[in-house]
Amino acid sequence: MLFDFAHFVSMLPDIWKAFGETVLMIGIALTVSIVIGLPLGIILFVTDKGLFWENRFVKGILSFIVNMIRSIPFIILLVVLFPLTNLIVKTTIGPVAASVSLSIAAIPFFARLVENALREIDKGVIEASIAVGAKPWMIIKDVLLPEAKSSVIQAVTLTIISLVAYSAMAGTIGGGGIGDLAIRFGYYRYDNTIMIATVVILIVIVQVIQQVGDLIAKAIDKR
Amino acid sequence: MLHIQNVTKVYQTKKKKVVGVDHVSLTIEKGEVFGIVGYSGAGKSSLLRCINLLERPTSGNILVDGTDLTKLKGENLRRARLKIGMIFQHFYLISQKTVGENIEFALKAAEMPSNRIQARVKELLAMVGLEEKIDVYPAQLSGGQKQRVGIARALANNPSILLCDEATSALDPKTTLSILHLLKKINRELDITIVLITHEMNVVKEICDRMCVMQDGKVIEEGSVYDIFANPQELLTNEFISSVVSFNIPEVVLKEVKGQVVKILFKGKVAGQGIISDTIQQFNVQGNFLHGTIEYIQEQALGIFIMELIGQTEDIHKAIAYIETRGAHVEVLHNAI
Repeated sequence: MLFDFAHFVSMLPDIWKAFGETVLMIGIALTVSIVIGLPLGIILFVTDKGLFWENRFVKGILSFIVNMIRSIPFIILLVVLFPLTNLIVKTTIGPVAASVSLSIAAIPFFARLVENALREIDKGVIEASIAVGAKPWMIIKDVLLPEAKSSVIQAVTLTIISLVAYSAMAGTIGGGGIGDLAIRFGYYRYDNTIMIATVVILIVIVQVIQQVGDLIAKAIDKR
Repeated sequence: MLHIQNVTKVYQTKKKKVVGVDHVSLTIEKGEVFGIVGYSGAGKSSLLRCINLLERPTSGNILVDGTDLTKLKGENLRRARLKIGMIFQHFYLISQKTVGENIEFALKAAEMPSNRIQARVKELLAMVGLEEKIDVYPAQLSGGQKQRVGIARALANNPSILLCDEATSALDPKTTLSILHLLKKINRELDITIVLITHEMNVVKEICDRMCVMQDGKVIEEGSVYDIFANPQELLTNEFISSVVSFNIPEVVLKEVKGQVVKILFKGKVAGQGIISDTIQQFNVQGNFLHGTIEYIQEQALGIFIMELIGQTEDIHKAIAYIETRGAHVEVLHNAI
């Protein structure tokens, strides 16, 4: 039997727990990546050539670090970061431990997306603000962020969806969550019911996030 | 007063150096409307952007009321920019902020106390005739309205100079005229010096007191708009003027000409004194008008007529000499005799 409904119902508490763990992992990683990635993305943009804080040294170093982290496949990054994870949360098992690696992976990803979002802003608008005599901080707060608001929301959506995928990978090495459930039951025990259930849950999560993200991005855009 | 002293701007590309502005010196008086004319690539936009140091001149100085802006950096330069407003061809308003918030932004840059901001925003919007649009986003405005917001933003901190970067080039003729009238009004009422760049001679004719023509980064001709229209020295200047006052006479018409074709230029009051009718009565020549116009530049008349004078060569010469003694300028364009 492909899908055993009774079995599915009996597994509901486990599925619910796994879902909660996934949400926890993604929640922590997303918060950290926004708190650090947003300023990082702004710095990457404003230190670029021709902008008001042009600084080849800072831009070069940050860009190198971002590229370096992004070039490591996530599954390897997870393992590489075990010592760091151990240092921060005193364990390498469980969703909180997984969220350390997830954060490290998501920060540069989100920062690049923010940088690209800022790049889409018409340079003339930034120039007009400089001509008006605005301070750099004002330009960031009142020009760059509002103008890129809609694209940044889309960047958040994209980051969450990537985190869903990454969190499943983190599950395979003891991170918990939906991915862990799918591997343990669906793969090791040939439990089709759980396999199908997790796939459906993941599809639904991603669809909902994308829809909500698009809706918000559109609603706040005044163009 | 604005002094542009020997300003040069060189752009360094990977392969070569491009000279955008080549040793330009100009003095623009307080309260003047000064037009810089040239084709795209002539360097006029670079020169304008050098004035508020959006582009730093490679060499030369920019003196605004005695302060050399090229010596300023960072915070001091930012403060100096508060006194130089700028408007753009594509307006460059913050699209995610309302009209009111866009102007507020400029006031915040000058650290105006927040309790005075709203009153000032309303005052500025009233000046440009957009009071009712305060809570509207730029996307809902027409081009002319966006430029009015741009003007309000540029004037927010009572600048002494307003720079206009092709400010009307994206607008239709009717809107262009209304924006030009607004600029003229601002110039008169607030005594703001206006420096504008354009490729449209109409704009210059409409509001400028003085002008210069740029080509390949250099100023090739400079003077009062009236004088330049009356007596352009350079070929390029002539080309620009003929875009407004054109005197091309069709070949077919020229073929049938029997006498001499002359261009007669009347300046100022001379334009209305019946010189032509006096001439034709006194000398044995016949006159045919082929083309003509009276333009009003800076509220002064400039009459330009193209006539065919028919008669004996001697009589025509006498007639021409007579017209010149009456204060008009005559130029023989074509002689069929």
